[in-house]
Amino acid sequence: MTTATAHHDEHHPSGISRWLMTTNHKDIGTLYLLFSLLMFFVGGSMALVIRAELFQPGLQIVTPHFFNQMTTMHALVMIFGVVMPAFVGFANWQIPMMIGAPDMALPRMNNWSFWILPFAFTLLLSTLFLQSQGGAPAGGWTLYPPLSVQGGIGTDFAILSIHMMGISSVLGAINVIATILNMRAPGMTLMKMPLFVWTWLITAYLLLAVMPVLAGAVTMLLTDRHFGTHFFNAAGGGDPVLFQHVFWFFGHPEVYILILPAFGLASQIIPTFARKPLFGYASMVYATASIAFLSFIVWAHHMFTVGLPLAGELFFMYATMLIAVPTGVKVFNWLSTMWRGSMTFETPMLFAIAFVFLFTIGGLSGLMLAIVPADFQYQDTYFVVAHFHYVLVSGAVFAILGGAYYWLPKWTGHMYSETLGKWHFWLSAIGFNLAFFPQHFLGLAGMPRRIPDYALQFTEFNQWSTVGAFILGFAQLIFVFLVIQTIRGGKKATSQVWEGAEGLEWTLTSPPPYHSFAVAPKIK
Amino acid sequence: MKQMTNIKQANKRLVRNLFIVAVAMFGFGYLLAPMYDVICKVTGLNGKTGRIEATQAAAGKVDKSRVVTVEFTGNANSGLPWEFRPLTKQLSLHPGETAEVKYYVRNLASENITGQAIPSVTPGDSAGHFKKIECFCFTQQMLKPGEAREMPVKFYVDADLDKDIKTITLSYAFFNTDTALAKKYGGAAIAQTENHADHAAHSHPASGS
Repeated sequence: MTTATAHHDEHHPSGISRWLMTTNHKDIGTLYLLFSLLMFFVGGSMALVIRAELFQPGLQIVTPHFFNQMTTMHALVMIFGVVMPAFVGFANWQIPMMIGAPDMALPRMNNWSFWILPFAFTLLLSTLFLQSQGGAPAGGWTLYPPLSVQGGIGTDFAILSIHMMGISSVLGAINVIATILNMRAPGMTLMKMPLFVWTWLITAYLLLAVMPVLAGAVTMLLTDRHFGTHFFNAAGGGDPVLFQHVFWFFGHPEVYILILPAFGLASQIIPTFARKPLFGYASMVYATASIAFLSFIVWAHHMFTVGLPLAGELFFMYATMLIAVPTGVKVFNWLSTMWRGSMTFETPMLFAIAFVFLFTIGGLSGLMLAIVPADFQYQDTYFVVAHFHYVLVSGAVFAILGGAYYWLPKWTGHMYSETLGKWHFWLSAIGFNLAFFPQHFLGLAGMPRRIPDYALQFTEFNQWSTVGAFILGFAQLIFVFLVIQTIRGGKKATSQVWEGAEGLEWTLTSPPPYHSFAVAPKIK
Repeated sequence: MKQMTNIKQANKRLVRNLFIVAVAMFGFGYLLAPMYDVICKVTGLNGKTGRIEATQAAAGKVDKSRVVTVEFTGNANSGLPWEFRPLTKQLSLHPGETAEVKYYVRNLASENITGQAIPSVTPGDSAGHFKKIECFCFTQQMLKPGEAREMPVKFYVDADLDKDIKTITLSYAFFNTDTALAKKYGGAAIAQTENHADHAAHSHPASGS
């Protein structure tokens, strides 16, 4: 993605110091995306350890304690190390180009927010090598007490690395807000901004509001562990359920932090390949804002079984179901954009369509989970696991892959191999559904999550799931090969790249100059 | 050029404001802890119970028209080598009527251990109406090796209890409070002294009495 520089008359340090000291939004975007890709394989390997263990009932490959470390670390790495950095990478590359700005508003802070991440994850992943001290955190990524208060030194490492990730995210969010509010080219009014920029603006506000709450929650854990406070310790007058409230006050908006930029990506890709403007632009903006608002008043639906009063259960149930309305508006708009469009099915479009289809399945299982009496049955089963992988893998990750294919020719200046892209898509789509669709049935039949063993009657579905997970996992190697191949060469990409593409970034050359829009473009 | 400095200044102001929001939200996370305590006190959400003096208890009226069943249960927290169970499994009484039951506890370890019992009442709506006059959970219990003890709980359920509630469950969890023994018997983070000062200071403690 960096070979671009040779063609342009611009000066920047070369070699390692270019990457360490860069303040260029394109370089930092590249760093974020590569970091995310690396973590994708780290987190993915952990998932495959989990699936390998679950191929058969009984314990065969890893100990239960290590299995618990895998489930915990897989979630932490995938959420904080893959999906969030990937979106920040897209934001860095695309937002300045899409709003006609020369760079991000705060380029030096931008460098800092990226370079915190490798240290945070070194700290987190190093716990895997501390097995004699109890190893990595193993109480689930939600870090519920009492397990997180009792856990070994790995929990402390995780808490400090979450602090670092939080600082990185908050700095990144501030930068995105400042860029969007202050750096738009003249004439780029808010309601003319591409939808990806809109979804990121709202996401940045969510980050700013809830990452500090997570930092507070884990700080309380840390002081409970070492400094004699009793926020969550029943013996000292605290209450473990309090942690769940504080955590999910962060956790539910976090879910939308992980999906709103994906909505933005789909809203860029679908109009391009349907060759029609996005249907219902304004309603998309309002729907995104409504989802963000609602995300703050639904947190207790993650904890229906802790013994909430009936009035609380009803409130959180109805508030949760209300989210289906703006989400439905979005799905309707994507479908209407495709309706009677001149559609073609290049790889980005395939990922975007799969996103709409599979994310909707995940949304529907979410509605099932929102029903209080049903949730008492589904709580902590594989049904929940199936639900959130449908929204996070076929939702967030598929949108990210679609976005990567969509802009890869713009970033590198070369067209990728459509054949390899299609192989990657179809293997991912088939592997994903094979891995996660049977988990709905396992959950409904009562298989609990986060347990390394299961009853014999669950064997067949688990074996399908494991086979699917390995197909999904190894298919991602095609993507790595394709990205390297595209960076190194290939058919030259035009400025517009896609016939139906519209927007400021497509007016720049492919690859774009190292410093773009030094003079603000004219907006029609 | 003038425009650039304008943007720089606008950025500075905006970043300062956004940074204040982030710091405020960190504080808000902490604010959720006292807010939760207040909400629990009002709603009885987490089953923390009321405590009352014997003289006040005698003044309450008795509702002879209905009967409430109270069930008793208890367990020693994992790691604490104590046998702990109620001697009465359940009893029925009129709201407003005072009753006394006993719990049995025995230290199975070969050294002195001090424990603290933390009560919880379900359903949450009834917690505020469940008043303890006397309870072994008001103080810490020190047991010598092998020592056994029967401990009383004297309580009443006040007459304002919701008519729909027919059964109340009182449960206790015993925790080790001895920091020196925390490695063996759990409860590492429990520093008991300030808690108990806290218990004595309030007639309606929010925390565990």
